[in-house]
Amino acid sequence: MTNSITRLGNITLVGLRAIARNKMRSSLTMLGIIIGVGCVIVVVAIGAGASQSIQNTINSLGSNFVMIFPGAATSGGMRGFTGQSNLTVEDADAIKAEAPAVAYVSPMVRTNAQVVAGELNWGTQVWGAGVDWPFIRAWNVAQGSFFTDQDVRVATKVAVLGNTVADSLFPGGDAVGQTIRIKNVPFKVVGVLERKGGNMMGQDQDDQIVAPYTTVMKRLQGQSRINMIYAASASPDKVQEAEDQMDALLRQRHRIARGADPDFNMRSQEEIAQTSQQQMGILKTLLLSIAAVSLFIGGIGIMNIMLVSVTERTREIGIRMAIGAKGRHVMLQFLFEAVTLSIVGGLIGVLLGVGISSLVAKFLNWPIVVSTASIVLSFGVAGTVGVTFGFFPALKASQLDPIEALRYE
Amino acid sequence: MPRRFIEIRDLVKIYTMGEVEVRALAGLNLDVETGEFVAIMGPSGSGKSTLMNIVGCLDRPTSGTYLLDSVDVSTLGRDERAVIRNAKIGFVFQSFNLLARTTAVENVELPMLYGELGWSREQRHSAALDALHRVSLQGRENSQPSQLSGGQQQRVAIARALVTNPAILLADEPTGNLDSRTSEEIMGIFQKLNDEGKTVVLITHEPDIAQHAKRVVTVRDGLIQHDEAIEQKRIA
Repeated sequence: MTNSITRLGNITLVGLRAIARNKMRSSLTMLGIIIGVGCVIVVVAIGAGASQSIQNTINSLGSNFVMIFPGAATSGGMRGFTGQSNLTVEDADAIKAEAPAVAYVSPMVRTNAQVVAGELNWGTQVWGAGVDWPFIRAWNVAQGSFFTDQDVRVATKVAVLGNTVADSLFPGGDAVGQTIRIKNVPFKVVGVLERKGGNMMGQDQDDQIVAPYTTVMKRLQGQSRINMIYAASASPDKVQEAEDQMDALLRQRHRIARGADPDFNMRSQEEIAQTSQQQMGILKTLLLSIAAVSLFIGGIGIMNIMLVSVTERTREIGIRMAIGAKGRHVMLQFLFEAVTLSIVGGLIGVLLGVGISSLVAKFLNWPIVVSTASIVLSFGVAGTVGVTFGFFPALKASQLDPIEALRYE
Repeated sequence: MPRRFIEIRDLVKIYTMGEVEVRALAGLNLDVETGEFVAIMGPSGSGKSTLMNIVGCLDRPTSGTYLLDSVDVSTLGRDERAVIRNAKIGFVFQSFNLLARTTAVENVELPMLYGELGWSREQRHSAALDALHRVSLQGRENSQPSQLSGGQQQRVAIARALVTNPAILLADEPTGNLDSRTSEEIMGIFQKLNDEGKTVVLITHEPDIAQHAKRVVTVRDGLIQHDEAIEQKRIA
């Protein structure tokens, strides 16, 4: 028993000496595994980071959030979006009054405008919204206050600035109480929103102005239709119920039969989230398969070099056999060498992968999540690759005829 | 009291090359006693290499028996022969066959790594140093083969053959790659080891080298042609 342990230790020593004897070959052999393992870790880290940041963005939008867009309208047998919205403020009011699962509703109108404050000006989006808007978007004001029900009713010229707009027009940070001109109409700044950052598409959500929809429609646009409706259910599990109620109500109001194509579209945050997670999943699978292929190629690299090394070291094998190495000693030695190379390569790959991941996180400012699972997995795969691809060359080495091997030049 | 260490009876080895059968050994008989120094001579193709491979347990005969130390080794399998080679036979080759980029002492330690006896690291090291001293290589223990002359490399190889204290040294053209002066030195080492009681079997085609042995056996066409004791052996 102790004897066989000693001998196993001896084989280990023999293998380590053989690796050390040819450092160049050993490091080249490891390179494939290093790159493969590093690749897997970086790819998984980027994928996990991206899907986490999507989740964060979605959560930041509010999980109860439902958007209603004007949709395809049928006129004279032709279907298509006419460009003319068929959603009205009354639709929003009706939802508020008659859909019990819906807690908050806001009609939404949008215009682009060059905004002027003193010497400075800034081009941005101006949204007209109702007072429910902060609750729907789960977005509070940082300074000042949001406009009131009274402001909406009488179409007061007040505005709440997104953080980017406030920074651009009032670098001093004293936006609240100041006056800005939107399309030459003076607006009083009553509040500045909290900083929210980019959305899923990478657009800066802080680059916008929110004002009462009545004011925007009357003073800036002069139109009676609205661009869309924002709504929020009372709780996340009531999103579906709210959608059903709004669908029924809008069909009734727009005289569209059940089952016919509606002239509006409804998207819940949940659906948007699912779509992006799905796309993310496809991308992740793709990247991971590339990484897996490179790990596999790394394994073939090990097998290739081990096979070459068996041929190149035929004489060495012959010497070892002549002085008493059994077939399985030679086999174990070569297998040990392959496994050691792949495990050491795997270790270096893990370090490299983690290093590159943190560099990416630091310099490209990408969200990165290095998972323990990916480290353990790729490391395990590296070891398996070593055993699998090391086995054939090792078997070949162990079956050499010592006389032939000794004569080999 | 000398005893028969090698006992070979009716040894036949037939190689099949395609459709041609080559009879390398044709019923050869040979006995070697402990403490002998035997030179086996013969032209190439005489069967002496085949004989050497079988005596060294690297190969098996087609028929006939071979008793090594009273054990019939002619029917043993690969692994069993590996054990016999490790324990009872020390090989010295024409081209030294040392591991490259490996120090002398590590080369000499090699057989102990494969042995059935559990040697500790310290035992291995001191046995290897001992063997190197016996072939007068003090001071070159940590040199690699590329840093040693041919004669020195062959001494390392002899030390490697000696280190497990095998009953027999089997040398296949040990001076084939050496100049005549170095050859004399190497033969001197074999003579010294033989004087200390080691059985030596030497394969050579050079009559001068064979004259260092106590007995010369000439092989031709797979059979022993001459077997004579040397009256006055050449002293290296």
